[in-house]
Amino acid sequence: MKIIVCVKQVPDTNEVKIDPVKGTLIREGVPSILNHDDANALEEALKIKDENPDTHITVITMGPPQAKEMLQECIAMGADDAVLLSDRALGGSDTWATSNALAAGIRKLGEYDIIFTGRQAIDGDTAQVGPQLAEKLKLPQVTYVREFAMDEGMITVKRALENGYEVLKLKTPCVLTAIKELNCPRYMSVRGIYKAAKFDIKVWNAADIGVDLAKVGLDASPTNVYKSFTPAKKGKGVIVEGDTAKEIADGFISDLKKKHII
Amino acid sequence: MAIQVIKEKCKGCTLCVKACPFNAIEMIDRLAVINEKCTVCNQCIPACKFDAIIKTEETKKGPVDLSAYKDVWVFTEQREGKLMNVALELLGEGHRISREIGSDTKVCAVLVGGNVDHLIDELYAYGADLVYVASDPLLERYTTDGYAKVITDSIKEYKPEIVLFGATHIGRDLAPRIAARLDTGLTADCTRLDVNTGNYIDYLDQYTTMNTKDMDRNDGNKNLKQTRPAFGGNLMATIVCPTHRPQMSTVRPGVMDKLEKMQGRKGARVDLKPDLKQDDFFVEVVEVVKAAKQMVSLTEAQIVCSGGRGLGDASGFELIKKLASAVGGVVGASRAAVDSGWIDHCHQVGQTGTTVKPKIYFACGISGAIQHLAGMQTSDIIVAINKNPEAPIFEVADYGLVGDLFKIIPEIITQWDKE
Repeated sequence: MKIIVCVKQVPDTNEVKIDPVKGTLIREGVPSILNHDDANALEEALKIKDENPDTHITVITMGPPQAKEMLQECIAMGADDAVLLSDRALGGSDTWATSNALAAGIRKLGEYDIIFTGRQAIDGDTAQVGPQLAEKLKLPQVTYVREFAMDEGMITVKRALENGYEVLKLKTPCVLTAIKELNCPRYMSVRGIYKAAKFDIKVWNAADIGVDLAKVGLDASPTNVYKSFTPAKKGKGVIVEGDTAKEIADGFISDLKKKHII
Repeated sequence: MAIQVIKEKCKGCTLCVKACPFNAIEMIDRLAVINEKCTVCNQCIPACKFDAIIKTEETKKGPVDLSAYKDVWVFTEQREGKLMNVALELLGEGHRISREIGSDTKVCAVLVGGNVDHLIDELYAYGADLVYVASDPLLERYTTDGYAKVITDSIKEYKPEIVLFGATHIGRDLAPRIAARLDTGLTADCTRLDVNTGNYIDYLDQYTTMNTKDMDRNDGNKNLKQTRPAFGGNLMATIVCPTHRPQMSTVRPGVMDKLEKMQGRKGARVDLKPDLKQDDFFVEVVEVVKAAKQMVSLTEAQIVCSGGRGLGDASGFELIKKLASAVGGVVGASRAAVDSGWIDHCHQVGQTGTTVKPKIYFACGISGAIQHLAGMQTSDIIVAINKNPEAPIFEVADYGLVGDLFKIIPEIITQWDKE
């Protein structure tokens, strides 16, 4: 069984702070981490490998050379192979262009049964690359996977909905996107860390994966950032006026409704 | 389009490096160099004190004839024969932006399901000028395969200029699949949409720190400006899709306005002819299970209701629990309440407890010690209920409710239950 796990190195957005005076982001000291949902994707692949030791797991990412560190972490967790797609020509890709590049990299890897990835990355929160990758590879998809089971090549998953879940069945090959309810990612093992330290991570550029340059990178991307800005600083709030508890509660609730908060 | 550093002007001060959210600027030989992580977010441009960073605009010639695309489509998601709220909100928003584009632009609902005819009048009443109906037994339940095929085929046939989806678990599964098949752009989780530049500038002026003095209100740019939170909510970004059509967005539920229901309003109906066979389906829906709301942990809760010393004793938490169950929230506590032994430590919010960032944080009888504020002050909305108007918690509160919490909270519970 061959599994591919698509991962992304992201800045830990929980650690980002805003400069209160200039209203700009303070990036210093913000660590780069393996995206949370992607860690769940990798864990599910590793669980399959725990059961079936002949399973082969390849992690793949697109990013700058520093993303190698995250791939080493994946190797240390138990992945068998790691590929970094890195090329200036791939930079600035939106989700459409990113899925084109990943699809090209995965085609080069050859045969596979399951592609796992995280539902979304914490720096963009789009949740688009999983489905778009599935489309580019013409594979069935299930997003928001919170439970996974496999029997004789037939996969049964639970897909989370806002108010419950769906039980879905599908065959391999397919793309599944993981949410954190799926599992609890393991730590790197000591043996894994030794292995990762001297592991030879493959680095492929745009030419290596044979991707059409008109389909990747900033200029090829259908969407562009037009403006970006920080929200205005939150002003001091209001004291809700009222003579009785009922008046105060009424004033408060009706303002919440007016602002679509409830 | 790209960000460029003018070498002659760059002083090597590294201000731009610090301003870049994506770590896309490196210093090489004391000059700023943009690397491949750059997303052209423009944060570095105002950060540079020497005007050494510019954005180069290239007029890209797109692959599609933009003028061939017309009207605003809304995917009006229904589940089990009932329209989702976000579908009606998007009709209201679609109606608004269709009129910004031009008086002859229509807002059209796209209604997909097994048998959904009974929903058509409701769509007219909430503003749909036209309803495209795709009815087929194979569309009875949502599947990515079925829905994506029907909607993609219709978009190819009718060429809408804009297509909006609710950012639900279904919309976020479906929209990217369709956008990829059409090779067009998609912007996720938008919280604001603009066509008219003047309205967009008004928004920027009122709600953001953006300097708009160089923008032209009457530039006639009718591209859809899709604004969304980025970078974990620390930044806002406006995304455009200038050379591809349709322009597609998913929109967060709960942020757009429905129109007032216009009972009896009529529109036109167009029947789509879904070209579906059993072979088009690769995922089988075995069952759909509705779950009762589960208990969630403090960090994941959308609403947190915390109590402090002002509750008086352990029995005060009974009221907090009632509030939490009425508003669908989780119970939190200040250190003072935990140290007094009124509630278990696992409920503690603050520096030494859990850090929370819910949509709504209720601080009931909590004075607002620094250590507590550190764990909750980034909540979207903070509601403080306290009898002492001088309590520091009111400094960070969006809503200050001054009075006896044992009287105010029961009123809130009653009011909320009416919803």
